Amino acid sequence: MKKVLALIISLALVMSLLVGCGGGGTEDVSEPEETPEVEDASKTDDEPEPEEEPDSGEGKQYAIIVKSTGNPFMEKMADGFKEAVSELGGETIVKAPDQPTAEAQIQMIEELIAQKVDGIAISANDPDALQPALQKAMNDGINVVSLDSAVNAESRTTHIQQADPERIGRVQVQAIHEMIDGEGEIAILSATSQATNQNEWIEWMKEELEDPKYENIELVKIAYGDDLRDKSVSETEGLLQSYPNLKGIISPTTVGIAAAAKVLTDKGLEGKVQLTGLGLPSEMAEYIENGVCQWMYLWNPIDLGYLAGCAIDALAKGEISGEAGDTFSAGRLGDREVVEVGDGTEIMLGDPFKFDIDNIGEWKDVY
Amino acid sequence: MEQRNIIAKREFNLKSFFFQWEWMLVLILIVINIVNSSISSHYLNFSGLMDATMTFLDKAFIVLPMAFIIILGDIDISVASTVALSSVIMAVSYNAGLPMGMAMVLCLIVGTVCGLINGLLIVKFKELSAVIVTLSTMTIYRGIAYIILEDQAAGKFPQWFSYLGWGYVGSIPFILIVFAVFAVIFGLLLHKTTFGRRVYAIGNNPVASRFSGVEVDKIKVIIFTAAGFMSGVTALFLTSKMGSTRPNVAIGYELDVIAMVVLGGVSTAGGKGRIIGTVISIFLIGLLRYGLGLINVPSQVLLIIIGLLLVFAVMISDLNVNTVKAGKIKR
Repeated sequence: MKKVLALIISLALVMSLLVGCGGGGTEDVSEPEETPEVEDASKTDDEPEPEEEPDSGEGKQYAIIVKSTGNPFMEKMADGFKEAVSELGGETIVKAPDQPTAEAQIQMIEELIAQKVDGIAISANDPDALQPALQKAMNDGINVVSLDSAVNAESRTTHIQQADPERIGRVQVQAIHEMIDGEGEIAILSATSQATNQNEWIEWMKEELEDPKYENIELVKIAYGDDLRDKSVSETEGLLQSYPNLKGIISPTTVGIAAAAKVLTDKGLEGKVQLTGLGLPSEMAEYIENGVCQWMYLWNPIDLGYLAGCAIDALAKGEISGEAGDTFSAGRLGDREVVEVGDGTEIMLGDPFKFDIDNIGEWKDVY
Repeated sequence: MEQRNIIAKREFNLKSFFFQWEWMLVLILIVINIVNSSISSHYLNFSGLMDATMTFLDKAFIVLPMAFIIILGDIDISVASTVALSSVIMAVSYNAGLPMGMAMVLCLIVGTVCGLINGLLIVKFKELSAVIVTLSTMTIYRGIAYIILEDQAAGKFPQWFSYLGWGYVGSIPFILIVFAVFAVIFGLLLHKTTFGRRVYAIGNNPVASRFSGVEVDKIKVIIFTAAGFMSGVTALFLTSKMGSTRPNVAIGYELDVIAMVVLGGVSTAGGKGRIIGTVISIFLIGLLRYGLGLINVPSQVLLIIIGLLLVFAVMISDLNVNTVKAGKIKR
């Protein structure tokens, strides 16, 4: 047995030398045990293999980088993106880092630059940290749009805005105000502390809370669950421990609101601590039905991804340049216009939509 | 294979020269390159490969001193937290008005001090294993970073600072050149000096080394301090690459680093291993990730593949020992 192994390994070494002398050329190496593993792994890949070299002008390749794996909202968004791109005759690459960090996304951007894709749509884990990588992509002629969570204006051509951030922020405060009858302690359970979109909404929530009619409401803490389910659960439990008089929780992230709803249900706090925020109907249906969350808001993540897919295609084909005033056709969503917001441009999806006990039944199977 | 008994100079033997772990690594590296080139037409491209090294070399700086630490028979799992703390203090002090050059020096100082504290604790409390001590400091260092910045980011560095992570000298990334210099320094230190020989001696038998007059404690403190310093270097490059920093940067780096060291043929039992092996394994894991990233393998699958590679490596290393015996090579 040992002799056989010795033989195999010495053969392998000889082969390696041959290959080494051949300048890492094209010889067939028959030995490597882990080659099949690698190939199997790439076959378990769900996405269609991207074409090596698109030979017609039609077959453009677009990539979408989401915040992290295991986030249903992000998956729906990627589905919508894929739908739009395939309607327009392109290929989609979906990339999801296993940790919601900027480092992981930078590495993915590098890989996409090397693949010479035609466009990158990204939901950013940090507004500024991706700038060098995205600018490098743009210098290589790759179109960059952000969606859902923006990168700063220097690192993108345009941003796909799900809904007016001011409306999203204010409407959630108004909801919790109504639920807790205008007085008591409230807390916010957000995603990561660097999530561009969540931070912007929280700023508007604070703005809304300045209004004298909220003088009896006190925002005691902003907790960060990093869009990880277990961390969101423990942050919620921490809030309940630290603030026994807590009356309401606003969670402007789908992972956070679902985790908080689970904790409130398990602890039997339905009606004692109110919950609202942004949630996926399919995930939140049971909590809306059991009364833990009376109502919440969201937009359609599928449409958001779809709009991003249409926008990046229009950019890549030169139909628009991302300047304010450009209009393009966004498939089933109708025509859209690029508008100027702050120091960059955006394309708006629509208004936040309210889900409550009356309409959750019809939406819970949609997304 | 490395020998257990320390002879000043071993006679050269062709057979045993090729029966070495490093050759196995070279073989795997070649295989990976062939596989990568065959699965993606974008892989074999000089500038692409050079850019790819930029994505994984930031943590490679820590691999060098980590090899020393594991040869000593210890382990340091606080390196990633040290990176976070150095990076955060650099950013905060720069934003508070310190010139960038000074802030960078401060970053290295913070890293060095963190490493020094680890070393002192480990030699002071001999009844505690290194893993427990560094587990505590790992939590403490990142905790301090969180206290300083809470959940916010800090950054807004001057434009020239991004050169560290993104700059080129000709067509070679700056980070690659710096890494090569450090690798040579650490390699010479381990293989060509009495200091290095003592490190092996301690790893093989700390008690005997102590009785033979080797200053075990001093050497340990020096090496842990070096690990802290190199974490500071990593912090510089990583922060430059990101352009801003948060207390949760570099999460999980300690495990990546230890995986690279182990795959590099350094025995966790201590007393065995070489710098060249760890350097090859850095490129091996890095290029494997890059190649699979090019064909958009999902990141979870990527983790499994790297795990399998580690298992495979450890298994083969065991076989390798048996093979040497079977091949009747003098050990």
